[in-house]
Amino acid sequence: MQIYLPIAEVAVNAFTLIGLGGIVGLMSGMFGVGGGFLITPLLFFIGIPPAIAVATGANQVVASSVSGVLGHVKRRTVDFRMGLVLLVGGLIGSALGVLVFNLLQRIGQVELVVQLSYVVMLGIVGSMMFLESLRALRRTRSGVRTKRKQHGWIHALPFRVKFRTSGLYLSVIPPLVVGMLVGVLSAMMGVGGGFIMVPAMIYLLGMPTKVVIGTSLFQITFVTAFTTLMHAISYNTVDVMLAVLLIVGGVTGAQIGTHLGSRLRAEQLRILLAIVVLAVCVKLALDLFLRPENLYSLTPGIV
Amino acid sequence: MRRIAILLAFLIAAPVAGQETTRQADPAQEEFPIMSFPSPESTRGEPPERPHESAEQVVAGISSDAVSITTSFDGSEIIIFGAVRRETPIPMTGPLNVIVTVEGPSRSVTVRRKQRKLGIWVNTESVVVGAAPSFYSVASTGTLGLILDEDEDARYRISIPTAMRAFARPVDVEDPVDFTEAMIVSRIADGTYRLKQNAVRLVEDTLFRADFRLPANLVEGSYKTRIFLVRQGRVIDSYSAPLEVRKVGLERWLYRLAFDRPFAYGLMSLLIAAFAGWGASAAFRALQRN
Repeated sequence: MQIYLPIAEVAVNAFTLIGLGGIVGLMSGMFGVGGGFLITPLLFFIGIPPAIAVATGANQVVASSVSGVLGHVKRRTVDFRMGLVLLVGGLIGSALGVLVFNLLQRIGQVELVVQLSYVVMLGIVGSMMFLESLRALRRTRSGVRTKRKQHGWIHALPFRVKFRTSGLYLSVIPPLVVGMLVGVLSAMMGVGGGFIMVPAMIYLLGMPTKVVIGTSLFQITFVTAFTTLMHAISYNTVDVMLAVLLIVGGVTGAQIGTHLGSRLRAEQLRILLAIVVLAVCVKLALDLFLRPENLYSLTPGIV
Repeated sequence: MRRIAILLAFLIAAPVAGQETTRQADPAQEEFPIMSFPSPESTRGEPPERPHESAEQVVAGISSDAVSITTSFDGSEIIIFGAVRRETPIPMTGPLNVIVTVEGPSRSVTVRRKQRKLGIWVNTESVVVGAAPSFYSVASTGTLGLILDEDEDARYRISIPTAMRAFARPVDVEDPVDFTEAMIVSRIADGTYRLKQNAVRLVEDTLFRADFRLPANLVEGSYKTRIFLVRQGRVIDSYSAPLEVRKVGLERWLYRLAFDRPFAYGLMSLLIAAFAGWGASAAFRALQRN
């Protein structure tokens, strides 16, 4: 069934989009990530213009993270104070990211920068996750557990605040910076940034793992909501028809994924996710390095 | 952002479209080189002076004068048909040919070329085409090059290469023709520009009919259909009629909302997302309880 997207001005198959949303939702449910880092490149592949893919991707992440965060609020695994600090950083970063995005669009390099960022981010995250879960698998076999490393310099910074839910007494600067980086990423790449924030919260801020996912989802919900709004207001690039189709598939997939995920072992899950991430990364990298079939590209309008 | 670009394109295309009717040259366009394409001052569609003395005139109709883009829009078929009216017997001066064109609203387009820099392919040079039809389809009774003289083609802007208009800003690349040719090649490849020779059926030198398929990725606006009667390479009569393509219903409402009230539109998108997220988790919890 073909659906004409009012903003993207292309007709696409509705089932393709629902399926795409479903696959990404399945993964996000299984692995506890927003799924934005997969949905945006997949939208590129099926021919949605990059600017619209990024903005609509952010809108889709709002849906999946709201779905996730509600469960965590019920279980009291959200550190609201930490979430708010991350959020303030995130909003600043998001505003910056939209500005940079606009600038790049004007000089015609948005595609390149978004693709490059994806290759670099997915490459780093994918290989780190792969190695880490390999090590974890080996560790569980040998039965030895290693202690989490504590960073001394983080605790020497000023403006320290008590984060009761996380049980931390920490300067607000590191969470602000982490939030800001995630905000920039969110605006430029249409992602929630969970795959950066979760490791940063665990290893850099030293937060207990049980509150990390909920707090990260709390922050992502608001940052992606803000990003969506900014894109909609400044550039009219949110295609709500596209978003609805992705969301329908996404939220259904997410619930099935959560179910499936509880039956697999965490290390196996992470290795699977790492392989998916690396595969997307390789495909995007090949597009950059191989000679394109058509050297010329058309962009509507004068930019 | 793409919306803004298209809005910009509208603003820029508007004076160009106005230029057609007033038949005046934009002085700014004369400042930079215009290549072998027909001069931008020359008119399209309506000939400079309609050859009234012609013994043969075209009377035509179109299967519908408006195309509606609905949510399930998957392209559309239109039929352009007509007859040749004569007061005198059919002239014996060579065969009669009919050419029919359908043209979408003009928009500006930036053509970029990739080059290898540090091992990766990067957009480097670009050329901005001031106005090129967003859709262009030509159908004829015979091979276009054989039935139509080149100067007549340039005058009436019938074949696909003549469809492109002037550059929007000074060209700073060495080979602008490569860029415009690449644009035309890529638009022919994706079906935006089409040439269907021998696709117009002409019966008894009098009745003709041409079928056009409009693609699913149509842009909104005023389309123009043109019919040319050609004898011995010269256009002896022409006819032009408008064809409106409009988004309707939900498509129209969403599009207008996104551009007229972007804040409300953004909020609506967020509410839909939030509600869907909440609904899914609530529904799943209910399912689990059972």
